[in-house]
Amino acid sequence: MTGPGSKDTWLRKDLLGIRELSPDEIRMVLDTAVSFKEISTREIKKVPTLRGKTVIHLFFEPSTRTRTSFEIAAKRLSADAVNISVSTSSVVKGETLLDTALNLQAMEPDILVVRHGAAGAPNLLARVLKASVVNAGDGFREHPTQALLDMFTVLEKKGRLDGIRLAIVGDIAHSRVARSNIYGFTKMGAKVRVVGPHTLIPVGIETLGVEVHHDLRAGIRDADVIMMLRVQRERLQGSFFPSEREYARFFGLTAKALEEAMPDVIIMHPGPMNRGVEISPEVADGPYSVILEQVTNGVAVRMAVLYLLSGGTREDAGH
Amino acid sequence: MLVIKGGKVVDPVLGFDGVAHIWIEKGVVTRLLDPSLEEAPVPDGAQLVDASGLVVVPGLVDMHVHLREPGYEYKETIRSGTEAAAAGGVTTVACMPNTDPPNDHGAIAEFVVRKAREEGAVRVVPIGAISKGLKGESLAEIGELKEAGAVALSDDGRPVTNSLLMRRAMEYARTFALPVISHCEDLVLAANGSMNEGVVSLELGLRGIPATAEEVMVARDLALAEWTGCPLHIAHVSTAGSVRMIREARARGVKVTAEATPHHLLLTEDAVRSWDTNTKVNPPLRSDRDVEALQDALRDGTIDVIASDHAPHAPVDKELEYEHAAFGISGVETLASLSLMLVHKGVLSLQEWVRKVSVNPSRILAIEGGTLAPGSRADLTLLDLERTWKIEPDRFRSKGKNSPFRNWVVRGRVEMTVVAGKVVYRAEGA
Repeated sequence: MTGPGSKDTWLRKDLLGIRELSPDEIRMVLDTAVSFKEISTREIKKVPTLRGKTVIHLFFEPSTRTRTSFEIAAKRLSADAVNISVSTSSVVKGETLLDTALNLQAMEPDILVVRHGAAGAPNLLARVLKASVVNAGDGFREHPTQALLDMFTVLEKKGRLDGIRLAIVGDIAHSRVARSNIYGFTKMGAKVRVVGPHTLIPVGIETLGVEVHHDLRAGIRDADVIMMLRVQRERLQGSFFPSEREYARFFGLTAKALEEAMPDVIIMHPGPMNRGVEISPEVADGPYSVILEQVTNGVAVRMAVLYLLSGGTREDAGH
Repeated sequence: MLVIKGGKVVDPVLGFDGVAHIWIEKGVVTRLLDPSLEEAPVPDGAQLVDASGLVVVPGLVDMHVHLREPGYEYKETIRSGTEAAAAGGVTTVACMPNTDPPNDHGAIAEFVVRKAREEGAVRVVPIGAISKGLKGESLAEIGELKEAGAVALSDDGRPVTNSLLMRRAMEYARTFALPVISHCEDLVLAANGSMNEGVVSLELGLRGIPATAEEVMVARDLALAEWTGCPLHIAHVSTAGSVRMIREARARGVKVTAEATPHHLLLTEDAVRSWDTNTKVNPPLRSDRDVEALQDALRDGTIDVIASDHAPHAPVDKELEYEHAAFGISGVETLASLSLMLVHKGVLSLQEWVRKVSVNPSRILAIEGGTLAPGSRADLTLLDLERTWKIEPDRFRSKGKNSPFRNWVVRGRVEMTVVAGKVVYRAEGA
């Protein structure tokens, strides 16, 4: 990191997490994204803003949604986007992350978007690379662009973040999405609750300024926004909770449970969903769901991030 | 013949704390002379060392060191590790058996002893394995290890998960009067974590190792030690809960001793925020509260020993993502200076410090050392308590440069190290 941004200028070299951002910096990304969202509605969805810039998407974990979203964002800005997928196992046995990074650096990219299974891997890269590094998800640590697009979506739907009651439900312990959103929403003045069985709520989470609930209905009571997290059944079942069936019964979001929330509640999910586990199909497809709008907004927010890291200003965005 | 003149000698075994001249002949301390008395004439040809202004203590005994040889010579060798020890004021190292092949039978212990005699700068006493291949399945050849020179038993680096095997090991070890050193860790609870489980692991998104992963095994081993009557030494204690249980067991008469490392006594989990993989160590750096409890335990005697858990690694083991990096800190060279910080901070008196780094480990391992009484082995360390210096791992004699204390400025420097009457280290400008 090259230091905090002032009110109008983005000064960071990298975007590694939400934790270190100021509210002004978050606002700057969200404001900038508004202009970029419009581009995606045009017939010619392309601006020359990043022409001549090279963006490498380096993914050490499988991803369809995030990688595609970044790729489209880069291409709509006319950057040259290169995708590299590496399986983590081969990296552990062969080339180190540092060597991979230095090899890429030698090709003079401008921005490196990286997803990695190990927490802190983007920080390691940012320290040694000249290129800007964007964290596209590292272990359980952070997924900053997801939190930014989530904040963007809530802002669009509710007109504010300050005072919003947000309930994040599910596997908080293994979720980078939860961490980034907790940092982001609390910084912007929202009241954040986390909801789940004790096994999925990490020790000390209340120090991040959130309320903890272990009962779904109490946890989503009067909520303006409910964010359901994906349950990784393969990994969690039998150890963190007894069965998918029991999880769905106590922590799955159903139309019935939703009665507790505000009448104009919106439902979010970072995807991919397990229908019938953490979210019932009627809720996922129901009127409160903004899940697909999150995906649309993801492109705009990522365009804003790539743009700001390339030295753009909020005022010129979209022109 | 070597005469060390005018140093302040601190020897808690003799109850001595004052200026004295030390005469050393044929590797043995022959006289401690009061300088105010008429001086006995120093024989011609004797080597004289002026130690005025310095403190002279019985040589440090680091009972927890990984020398890596045989098998991992790229990380450390008996030669480089003992040279590092000498530079750290350590005159005896007890080396752990997790080499390749592991030290689980007499031939390996003999190899280590022979190699150390040929190339080692300081005395090396091997610690034999508890189980064959450190696999935790069946007993190592403990009697033969003892014959070959082993002074204790441990599967350090991994716990003995099988409680029945641990019971049998403790019983069998009694037959050969060997203490058992336990690396207390429930691997299932530790769940492949890479740092302490708590607020910092939450923030960094790293898998945590809870304090309970250590404590449940401390509880088990204390129960087994009480049942079997075997002297148990608990390695690298890191949590307040472990301290509490050890204190309570000791009060009941269980034969248990314990050690803590300088890094667990001086650093907290906060250090991991740097993402410096040199902060990755097992057990992990814990919370403020744990560090406080360890310092209290040092003060009240619950923790008997300060040992380095010297775990040298090469850059290829450390220059990785945090969760993929190896556990361990290269520490033998900084053992004296870092632990002296606790003397400067008032946690320990100098006398007490000498007990923790020399007297107690010698007693636990039942080896000669820990005193400068006439007739004892001439292993001694000369210290300048006031001299400040900067820790620069790149200048370590150890092959392992993996220290989280890089660039720390510490007060207290090893000026000279003498092993069996021979000067094996002399600091720059000393």
